[in-house]
Amino acid sequence: MIRSREWFTHGIKEGVAGMYWDKVHECMDRQQLRELQSQRLVETVRRVYHNVPYYRQRMQEMGLVPEDIRGIEDLPRLPFTTKQDLRDNYPYGTFAVPMSEIVRIHASSGTTGKPTVVGYTRKDIITWSELMARTLVCGGTTKDSVIQVAYGYGLFTGAFGVHYGAERIGASVIPISGGNTKRQIMIMKDFGTTVLACTPSYALYIAETMEEMGIKREELKLQYGIFGAEPWSEGMRREIESKLGVSAIDIYGLSEVIGPGVASECQYKCGLHIFEDHFIPEIVDPETGEVLPEGEEGELVITTITKEGLPVIRYRTRDISALNYQPCRCGRTHVRMKKVLGRTDDMVVVRGVNVFPSQIESILMEIGQTEPHYLLVVDRINNMDVLEVWVEVSNKLFSDEVRKLEELNRRITSEIQSTLGLSVRVKLVEPKTIERSEGKARRVIDRRKL
Amino acid sequence: MIQISVFLENKRGKLAEVTKVLAEHGIDMCAISIADTTNFGILRIIVDDPEKALRVLRQAGYTVNTTEVLAVEVPDRPGGLNRVLDILSKGDINVEYLYSFVRRPAERALILFKVNDLKMAKEILMRENVSVLTEDDVNDLCSK
Repeated sequence: MIRSREWFTHGIKEGVAGMYWDKVHECMDRQQLRELQSQRLVETVRRVYHNVPYYRQRMQEMGLVPEDIRGIEDLPRLPFTTKQDLRDNYPYGTFAVPMSEIVRIHASSGTTGKPTVVGYTRKDIITWSELMARTLVCGGTTKDSVIQVAYGYGLFTGAFGVHYGAERIGASVIPISGGNTKRQIMIMKDFGTTVLACTPSYALYIAETMEEMGIKREELKLQYGIFGAEPWSEGMRREIESKLGVSAIDIYGLSEVIGPGVASECQYKCGLHIFEDHFIPEIVDPETGEVLPEGEEGELVITTITKEGLPVIRYRTRDISALNYQPCRCGRTHVRMKKVLGRTDDMVVVRGVNVFPSQIESILMEIGQTEPHYLLVVDRINNMDVLEVWVEVSNKLFSDEVRKLEELNRRITSEIQSTLGLSVRVKLVEPKTIERSEGKARRVIDRRKL
Repeated sequence: MIQISVFLENKRGKLAEVTKVLAEHGIDMCAISIADTTNFGILRIIVDDPEKALRVLRQAGYTVNTTEVLAVEVPDRPGGLNRVLDILSKGDINVEYLYSFVRRPAERALILFKVNDLKMAKEILMRENVSVLTEDDVNDLCSK
């Protein structure tokens, strides 16, 4: 039974339909939520222990039996699962059901070796659709929306997740997939697209292409952008919002957990609500694995508690975030994760300093509303790490005076240096020097031969 | 007077790429100057159709801005430029940069100035009877 509490509805106008997709769960009392999580965690642990040899072995190594896990308070006793663990059991070794129960297989890109394979049961697909319906409603989508899915359809989970969620709500789906940008824009204009779903870097690329084609944002009917699959800064959000005339919503997910649909921003854009009735988040120190207190930044770790095909226990996402349990103005009670600040593996270590591309991005945005086109080039010259930051000069930053451009260069250099505590060489480059991607943006080139 | 400024990386062939775009669109250049540093350069040009030049260069993917500059005609003889600079200096006007081109047979030189206070500079030059050119004057010179 769900009790209502005063602050659940605080600040929300009466009669705003479609505000929540699943109010019962999204606004659940936190004590009840904790009980639900405990119960589901206990079931999940029992299931993986009996059905997945990998988990059984790991638990046995630690001297654990399923009965040791009596609730959420015992979660830190369980071993972590990493991407490497899933790869070691490639392709289906960590599935918790027989293949006859699996109705869908997806995989990560696998740019660094074998892909990570994930399997969904029929019920997992339903869960995923529900969670994506929550996500999309959270971001402003309704059954009247026309949603253009410009994530790539294929083994990547992004497009299908959005697709299912949108159909669940009853929105009109345009399954255009990624790429062919001019056609995307034509369709967006002609079909009256109101919601665009793609990666934030692709959204910006679409905006630039529109400028080149001489199409103004007023010619489109876009209202919302549902952007995820890579870290992006607040500055980039402002830029996308002004260029496309949308409210840009950050969504979070990863294929190993379920795909998109793990967490989503609400209209207040003050962190992403993690759907805690399905996932238990933790923040740990990426080096030691120690669980960090609320509010501290560290690596996000997720345990799935309703997945059937591929449950994951304490999965190391490699994404850097922080958790905030304070109630949100939107009325949802689910914990908010801070917008992902970077990835532990996007991070480059230069002369012993951890450098995240997102740090550079925020600095550039603050300096001159720069279109965030930049690249970090790390090299080793005479046994010394050298960090170069290439910045494309936009019309806004450009000046006809050498002095001003040199000042700009100095300013970027000194702000990066004071943030990172590292000397850098900033190079101003022409537009389009840095390769644009239609998927995830590449921000670092590491030329060091270690 | 509208000047077109283009950001260029200091690399071989970069300038030719820009002039090619202008040529293909039939844009006539009346004056050109390049400021360069180790890493980048700024191309400054006066053209017969600045609006079109801005559009086609941006379409071609360049970083391009327009800047208001002062166009002054001086006699092509010793002291011609000096007189103008003197007036500006006395009027407390800073010159950020300048470039020029000389036209024969008119034997007058056209000097383009970027100054810190364009309006004031124009006023004091005209007070001293220096010929400050308008867009049309320069276009006429260009097309002659």
